Amino acid sequence: MDYSALIACHECDLLQRRVRLHGGAVARCRRCAAELYRDSPHGIERSLACTLAALLLFLIANAYPIVGLEVQGNRQEASLYDTVHTLWIQDRKDVALLIAVTTMVAPAIEIGLLLYLLFPLQLNRLAAGAVPILRFLDTVHPWSMMEVFVLGILVSLVKLEHLAHVEAGIALWAFGGLIPVLIAAANAFNSDEIWAKVSVLR
Amino acid sequence: MSRSALTAAQLGYYGCHACNLVAPVQPGRHDAVCVRCGHHLHLRKPDSVTRSWAFLIAGYILYVPANVLPIMHTSSLFGAQSDTIMSGVVYLWTSGSWHLALIVFIASILVPSAKLLAMTFLLLSVQRRSVWDPLQRTKMYRIVELVGRWSMLDIFVVAILVALVQLQSLATIEAGLGAVAFGAVVVLTMFAAMEFDPRLIWDPQGGRRG
Repeated sequence: MDYSALIACHECDLLQRRVRLHGGAVARCRRCAAELYRDSPHGIERSLACTLAALLLFLIANAYPIVGLEVQGNRQEASLYDTVHTLWIQDRKDVALLIAVTTMVAPAIEIGLLLYLLFPLQLNRLAAGAVPILRFLDTVHPWSMMEVFVLGILVSLVKLEHLAHVEAGIALWAFGGLIPVLIAAANAFNSDEIWAKVSVLR
Repeated sequence: MSRSALTAAQLGYYGCHACNLVAPVQPGRHDAVCVRCGHHLHLRKPDSVTRSWAFLIAGYILYVPANVLPIMHTSSLFGAQSDTIMSGVVYLWTSGSWHLALIVFIASILVPSAKLLAMTFLLLSVQRRSVWDPLQRTKMYRIVELVGRWSMLDIFVVAILVALVQLQSLATIEAGLGAVAFGAVVVLTMFAAMEFDPRLIWDPQGGRRG
């Protein structure tokens, strides 16, 4: 029997028959309405494009200061790395690690591994270790919290407004750009299609 | 289509959680792996309720210091000040940015406490094999998974303020112990939600439709 015609809902385990989708449609579980799979036209191509854009913005977001502060001639700037570094020296190493993982390590791993997988897939080839990497990506994803960090920047800017003159740094714009790009990348990434393609190529 | 709803487990199939492949359960095997992706297959996540409780209870315990202890110490020419999560919200409110106060209130106070209560409710209902409105409970679980991460907001705010306000003679900000506890609550409740297996909500339904 060919089990590839079946799908079990990952949220309620209902066994259902797969149907062919067209035009970006989404298949939902008929019992609990969880998204089962979707049709994303040019999914690999689009997610590759979005991930490349995300890489560029991510590098800028890391390399430049996010905000600058000026009080009576004293000037202070903070980059993403500075936030981790300052907490580390203050002996709040646990918080420093949490920030490092959620804003630097997890996003970097996610972007890097996606590019490593998607480039060969686009050329109909399979990267070495594609299967464990695809599984690992599911584990990493929840810990990448760039979009929450951006909201954090905005809140801290408002908190500082009364205290000093605050200037937006280059990285702030890069962070702002990252949000729509990450959302578009997540929408284009079709794990069901990628798993099917991976198993064909193997 | 409308008669009975059968789950993969009832028919003797695994649905792989990683790659979505459906495969038959091998009789007498307890160490099945998915033929496509090598992921360990379980009919349901093993010990998911126990593990989820463990993370949740740890989260409850740390929820107290997270709200009582200061998350931030400010020292400036005008004196020293300690802020808890709540006093940060109050400050934003009184300084006129009520919209931001609302966002921080939702992310730091409403979401973590609602998440703890929602997970408690889901775990209790699953343990008692409740058949009450599984669709609503599944939706509740989805919301918990979706909004949990936003509670990191206050931790990020503290980190940015700490890095920025290091003006030796004028003002410095340090992260407090409350920030450690609060970060731990966010991480622990995320783990609790990840360990929970939403399929357990539907299992007592039998052949009934939701």
